[in-house]
Amino acid sequence: MFDESVTRAIFGRLGWESFPFHEPILVITFAVVALLGLGIVGAVTKYKLWGYLWTEWFTTVDHKKIGIMYMILGIVMLLRGFADALMMRLQQSIAFGASEGYLPPHHYDQIFTAHGTIMIFFVAIPLVVGIVNYVMPLQIGARDVAFPFLNNLSFWLTVAGAGLVMVSLFVGEFSRGGWLNYVPVANIENSPGTGPDYYLWALQIAGIGTTLSGINMVVTIIKMRAPGMTMMKMPVFCWTALCSNVLVIAIFPVLTAAFAMLMLDRYVGTNFFTNDLGGNAMMYWNLVWIWGHPEVYVLILPVFGIYSEITSTFTGKRLFGYSSMVYATVVITILSYLVWLHHFFTMGSGASVNSFFGIATMVISIPTGAKIFNWLFTMYRGRIRFELPMMWVIAFMITFVVGGMTGVLLAVPPADFVLHNSLFLVAHFHNVIIGGVVFGLFAGMDYWFPKAFGFRLDRFWGKVTFWGWVIGYWVAWTPIYIVGLMGTTRRVNHFEDPALQPWFIIAAIGAVIILIGIVAFVIQIGVSIKNRDKLRDTTGDPWDGRTLEWSTSSPPPNYNFAFQPQIHDLDAWYDMKKRGAQRPEKGFKPIHMPRNTGAGVILSALAAVLGFAMIWYIWWLAAICAVALLVYSIAHTFNYNRDYYIPVDEVAEQEDARTRLLAAGA
Amino acid sequence: MTDATHDAAHGHGAPHASRRTYVIGFLLSVVLTAVPFWLVMTATLDATTTGVLIVAAAIVQILVHTVCFLHVNTQSEGGWTLMAYIFTAVLVLIVIAGSLWIMFHLNTNMMPMVDARSS
Amino acid sequence: MAADALNDTQAREPTFYLVEDEHHHEAGGSTLLGFWIYLMSDALIFATLFATFGVLSTAYAGGPIPREIFSLPLVALNTAILLVSSITYGFAMIAMQEGRLGGTKLWLIVTGLLGAAFVGIELFEFAELIHEGATPQRSAFLSAFFTLVATHGLHVTFGIIWLVVMLFQLNQRGLHPENQRRLQCLSMFWHFLDVVWIGVFTFVYLLGVLR
Repeated sequence: MFDESVTRAIFGRLGWESFPFHEPILVITFAVVALLGLGIVGAVTKYKLWGYLWTEWFTTVDHKKIGIMYMILGIVMLLRGFADALMMRLQQSIAFGASEGYLPPHHYDQIFTAHGTIMIFFVAIPLVVGIVNYVMPLQIGARDVAFPFLNNLSFWLTVAGAGLVMVSLFVGEFSRGGWLNYVPVANIENSPGTGPDYYLWALQIAGIGTTLSGINMVVTIIKMRAPGMTMMKMPVFCWTALCSNVLVIAIFPVLTAAFAMLMLDRYVGTNFFTNDLGGNAMMYWNLVWIWGHPEVYVLILPVFGIYSEITSTFTGKRLFGYSSMVYATVVITILSYLVWLHHFFTMGSGASVNSFFGIATMVISIPTGAKIFNWLFTMYRGRIRFELPMMWVIAFMITFVVGGMTGVLLAVPPADFVLHNSLFLVAHFHNVIIGGVVFGLFAGMDYWFPKAFGFRLDRFWGKVTFWGWVIGYWVAWTPIYIVGLMGTTRRVNHFEDPALQPWFIIAAIGAVIILIGIVAFVIQIGVSIKNRDKLRDTTGDPWDGRTLEWSTSSPPPNYNFAFQPQIHDLDAWYDMKKRGAQRPEKGFKPIHMPRNTGAGVILSALAAVLGFAMIWYIWWLAAICAVALLVYSIAHTFNYNRDYYIPVDEVAEQEDARTRLLAAGA
Repeated sequence: MTDATHDAAHGHGAPHASRRTYVIGFLLSVVLTAVPFWLVMTATLDATTTGVLIVAAAIVQILVHTVCFLHVNTQSEGGWTLMAYIFTAVLVLIVIAGSLWIMFHLNTNMMPMVDARSS
Repeated sequence: MAADALNDTQAREPTFYLVEDEHHHEAGGSTLLGFWIYLMSDALIFATLFATFGVLSTAYAGGPIPREIFSLPLVALNTAILLVSSITYGFAMIAMQEGRLGGTKLWLIVTGLLGAAFVGIELFEFAELIHEGATPQRSAFLSAFFTLVATHGLHVTFGIIWLVVMLFQLNQRGLHPENQRRLQCLSMFWHFLDVVWIGVFTFVYLLGVLR
């Protein structure tokens, strides 16, 4: 009806064919999501909560609330990422010989790409950033992070990226190039559609958020520690948070540049990673892995810190070998930058290059091993309390060590020549990510939930979650190690050899057991909220903790500490308790705090629309958003009124309430 | 709070610039720029020697800028400015040298390309 | 009870909470370090672009080579302009330290004009190259060249925009501490870009012509 060129000009390459009306799975998914979404929006409107949400949560610059929002984002995206996993397991358990399964390659490729992208960028990173955000400032005795507004902006930029990935499910298609959007698949001639563009824009936007967050955390730890807390009196969790965020700052720029060059190839026709006119696709691989390897240490280091805190608390002992833990963390940080080629040993760089990186990879396992020994020595002759967090630690030690060992196996280039891109590799990294990062995140959530919300998590459902995940992991992934050793390739949706099928069926059963664990986790949260009065903790220190966050109320007041703590020793709160420190109950002063702001939400929304417009070639909309971003950012800098003081009586009111609570509990 | 902790907590604001430092830095930079350009434009020495000299001049000029214009020293921000700078320099070297080393080996082991003038 | 711990006059009894007027961090005390660290991350973006340029530096694909397209006199002029702009910014900072608002603004304007000249000449250079057929799409070498140099030029452009905004803000609030902090950040940014340019003219232009 309308002239083709007019439609093109307004809608870019967006058209009716971009919507997957003919794919029943997606239509049903959309219906469910739409209903759920409408339900939530309806409920919020009905109970008139929009104002509350905007002023108390969306515009907050409080690190604690931002931390909680990150956690919610990560958990929601976990459900999406795990749905992808279930779909893959189902397909791979039925697609043998004549049976093609229900997912053709075109669809299957998008699922494994989305699964990996979501799990790393929108589950693991937000959950880790969320916990660091919540806990670290409290542990160093600070009132907030160094740049509270940037903190809010970082969160919303991550949401913008996640939003784009979610939209790709219903409008257009996602990348098929794996979680790193490999070239040459992602080159414009092989993927002219929206797939790689969704990937690139989502991650560029989220990546800026993560980089800013990295800078924020590093400066906070350097500049805002309480007086007396020297670097070597800082909790180990803060050391691991520091090193992890140093890595973030060091590596995300490389990814940003690599993605920008691929975007130029796709949009403008440059020849960085093309197959002709001098392009070199392997340079893309080289660059993304310079990012990719340190990235896994970004994820695991804070989790190692969580394990240290929990082990020390639940054995009632100071962490064994604090200095060696610190040095091990720093060494891991530096070495992680020297091993990246082990992700493409088979790409033909030759023996000398492969040997260097193979040896470096093996060396990096040593400081990690040192950490395991330190945790074991901490436990030795301690009085171990097998609360849920400690259970996760034990499960981690057993599971992760196996994964670490298969990693050292893969580090040997000749072995990797056989196992590269096999399911053995896939099992290895799921082993270390689930056994390491995921178990640690659950441990951290069980451990710090009472601090954030004032009541514990339900123990029974916590145990169901635990056993679901632990048993489920082993049942799901041991078969994958086995078929991988037998030579099965990754990223395929169909197999010829029916002898492999029993293994994949077992793996699918394992995935269902993990599903039980995930459902139990959601139930755990629901049940805990319902029974919160029974699970309430009024002391602020339910685990008899050793670090400063346990000295505050649960949840802490928005200013964290009425008076800045003065530190004398490692395990500062334990030191205070041991020496009978008295909490000051009067003499309060007005407290300097940053104001809330809507700028983060607005900038991120503009970025998301800009990304969408660029993906669909809607140039006029992209131009408007780009200009709006620039103008709004500049306008924001003209606001010099960004802070205020909490008056004394407000502080006194909160502190007096806590005094009464503590007295009642005693 | 003692003075020691006070000083540790506050990097005492920005480093103080002086006219002398800027002018010295500027003059050094002029020389370190003019000489390389002159060497290349007049082709006075052979290519390899010229190459080595101009790279050396670049490194020295970067250091001049670092000290005279960016005021990087061991005191700034309790030493963290210098630490961040050195760490970044090491990473820059790893990224550039590592990439060149790897890609050179990869290219050597690749099949020859059709176009004789491309690599 | 609690008061005893507060009235801590005995040297032996340690304090666990600071109750005197706490010397809280002045607003923005972390800004300079934060900006410096951001610059370090920016250095890594350039490192990646330099590495890519290094890898693709001879991928001419039968197209133009450096000696054919680089005009060293033009590059020398641009280098001189940027170097002078570094010292004019330095003079602006000295004026700011000495509390002279007028001098600060004047030297900032000179710096901005020099920066604009730099970008203008660079755009002219690019236009010439494209006109000759040496487009970013012609070969991997040219893709890498244009991207590296243009990224630097884009940074300079943002610096100029920032500088203009600062002039407005200086007009509004004079040498307000927040403005001083921002000018210190812009100073770091501006000098950093000159450092990157040293890399560009050495490794891209001079070594390119030598090859």
